[in-house]
Amino acid sequence: MLEVNHLFFQYEEEKVVQDITFSVQKGELVGILGPNGSGKTTLMKLLSGILKTDRGEIVVKGKKIQEYGVKELAKVMAVLPQHVQESFSYTVKEIVSLGRYAHQKGIFQSWSSKDEKILQRVMKQTGISDFQNKSIHELSGGEKQRVYLAQALAQEPEILLLDEPTNHLDLSYQKELLDSLKEWSLEKNLTVICIFHDLNLASLYCDRLLLLHDGKLEIDDIPVEVMEEERIKRIYRTSIKRTFHPTSDAPQINILPNWEQEKGISLDLDCLTITPEQVKVSAPLALKTLPVGVTESGFGWYKDFLIHQRENPSIFADSFSKENGGKPSNSVKLLTMGQLDNIAVRFVKEKGISFLLVVCAEVEKELEMWEATKYKRERDFTLGAIHIWAFINGELSDQAFLQSVMRITEAKTAALAESQIVDKLTGIVAERASADSVLIAATQQGSLVDGMKNSINYEESLSKNVYDCVREVLLKVSKELQAN
Amino acid sequence: MRKQFTQKYLTKRKAAYIYAAFFLLLSIIVGIAVGTVSIPIFSVVKILVSYIGFDSILHHVDPMHINIVQNIRLPRVILAGLVGASLSIAGAAFQGLLRNPLADPYTLGVSSGASVGAVITLFFHLQIPFLGSFTLPFMSVLFSFLIILFVIFFSKRLDPSMRVETIILTGIVISSFLSACISLMIALTGNELRQIIGWLLGSVSMRGWSYIKMMLPFFVVGSLILLSQTKELNAFAFGEERAQHLGIHVQRRKMIILFAGSMLTGVAVAVSGTIGFIGLVIPHFVRILIGPDHKHLLVLSVLTGSGFTILADLFARTIISPTELPIGVITALIGAPVFANLLLRRRRS
Repeated sequence: MLEVNHLFFQYEEEKVVQDITFSVQKGELVGILGPNGSGKTTLMKLLSGILKTDRGEIVVKGKKIQEYGVKELAKVMAVLPQHVQESFSYTVKEIVSLGRYAHQKGIFQSWSSKDEKILQRVMKQTGISDFQNKSIHELSGGEKQRVYLAQALAQEPEILLLDEPTNHLDLSYQKELLDSLKEWSLEKNLTVICIFHDLNLASLYCDRLLLLHDGKLEIDDIPVEVMEEERIKRIYRTSIKRTFHPTSDAPQINILPNWEQEKGISLDLDCLTITPEQVKVSAPLALKTLPVGVTESGFGWYKDFLIHQRENPSIFADSFSKENGGKPSNSVKLLTMGQLDNIAVRFVKEKGISFLLVVCAEVEKELEMWEATKYKRERDFTLGAIHIWAFINGELSDQAFLQSVMRITEAKTAALAESQIVDKLTGIVAERASADSVLIAATQQGSLVDGMKNSINYEESLSKNVYDCVREVLLKVSKELQAN
Repeated sequence: MRKQFTQKYLTKRKAAYIYAAFFLLLSIIVGIAVGTVSIPIFSVVKILVSYIGFDSILHHVDPMHINIVQNIRLPRVILAGLVGASLSIAGAAFQGLLRNPLADPYTLGVSSGASVGAVITLFFHLQIPFLGSFTLPFMSVLFSFLIILFVIFFSKRLDPSMRVETIILTGIVISSFLSACISLMIALTGNELRQIIGWLLGSVSMRGWSYIKMMLPFFVVGSLILLSQTKELNAFAFGEERAQHLGIHVQRRKMIILFAGSMLTGVAVAVSGTIGFIGLVIPHFVRILIGPDHKHLLVLSVLTGSGFTILADLFARTIISPTELPIGVITALIGAPVFANLLLRRRRS
């Protein structure tokens, strides 16, 4: 569809585009990336025929670009500019109909029914039919963008060039625009070449990325290959961290600010408050947290951690609003069915590792309704959920978080097997409860704990201490059960 | 709901055409009827109708009136109309091309360029072979074209983004410079000073049919060229780059439009001197009424501009009768405040 061979361009002395070669197939969505001044816009102007090349060639559909007439080129290729100057208040319909210019013939080009049909179609496609008689000056930035997109589509192009189309658009319009481009490239075989400022959007939507650096083509490949952490760091000269999009394989770039949070915080027993109704850990700063079976799943950053007995909700509300400026949004809260009498707390500090461990086992007094009817008994005492929450001073990798969960689960299972707590009703030895929870929270400061290396001490210590705590708690539980 | 709106919009446009045509007709009739000798409206209508082949209708009309209308009033009104139409359509085209509601032949310096051409022709008694009496308009057209090219070239060098203010400022500077040149030429020649100054301020008096014959071909050709470029003018309003993206051969079209605009301005100046602000006020006014689409803007500017100029000329010759004011005084009195208002509104937005 489009071929660029050894393209060069210079303004006066300054070389802006140097030896760029690539090709784009029909129906591809290709993103052009690069830092400011890397030659993206110049390349785009060369492709759209605004600038003429002095060396190298651009071939569009098998024909050199300079052999095209202006009108002829406009039938094949349309451009969505970054910014359009609107000197007069044309109506939306008037603006979109200009897109038909290249297709009209004769001196006093007349407006055919085909033109009108295409006009209505593209206005519908871009969702601007409803304000077709409004003046362009009355529209918002996002609506204007759609008007010019409709104008470009009215050219019935095979190639659509876009220069940073998501600039000045809010989040929903960005998504809407890129979704449409993707859809047209997939379903209508429209070839889309687009300059992106936002690496993450480019990575998410493009089939292929061209990364420019100082006027040269650094790499031309699929997003995963282009967006390597080291490459992006080098070309953009900044510190970033690469992750992945939560629902696709698109690499995402996160910038790391120079500004850092207060250093040297550490968690210890002082962070812990225990009352008959609740157990609360308040960290001085938000901790990276992986809660399992608590509230929402997935990583998050939280400051306050609460296990609270459900019967008295008023204290619950209070504890957020007053202390530590805590807000529900940076808190993890767990409501329990049973009472919080059986708690084991430990602060471990050994071999360069320190963590705070809170283990709590519920004793349920009320049975679930279905159980009550099944066993014809209304009240009994039984072992409820076990909550094991660990707060670590140190930086944990994702892997280390998961290994912590595994170690804790293993240790808990072992301790349960050892304790032999038997349900009086069913006669089954308790192994695990569905309401069990595990929570790992780390300060992400200080020494790094990676899942692969230097984590053996940590894992051993965690396993051992969790086992001990669970045993301790279960001992209390079985005493309580026997007492009842 | 939407259909209703479209219909309303269309009828608004249709109504604009009807009003504009009616306004022009009324101006012509009033322009002919009013003067030192007033002529009854009915006689005016009868004389006008006689031109389209009903000679018998003239039986009961005073022969003196017929004489005045045919030899003095009618050519004057037609000339005023043609000048107004030329300046308005040229102004509308310049504004579209330069994306600039403040552009007009006067503020761009084109009028002054045309004056220089005319003054040179008059004072050096130039006569270009084969052109005969068309030498004067030809020189005016040539000079106005050269001046507009220079203004655009110069402001592009000054400010590549060609901001509105830069172009206007360049136009005004060049305009003043050319006026000084004209003054110098007049001073050096030393005679016919009063007549020349009167001509410079603009007037359509005592020109007669020969001037109309001189002007008409230029007007027809220039207007037709511009009317064939309405789509391009619409596209230019969004910037030259955008126009190229849409499939317009920018350099070629720009030259065509500049040439036609200069042709119209040049010929208007050649017959009537510099009449300012018509090319600014009329397109602005029409744009407010029916929107910026050049397909309608140009035609309606011709109709309204000619009517307006006929009325301005009427005021110029009757307001302190028997003395005549230059028509440029009237148009400047109306135009300058409009220009100032436009400038203020631009600043605010």
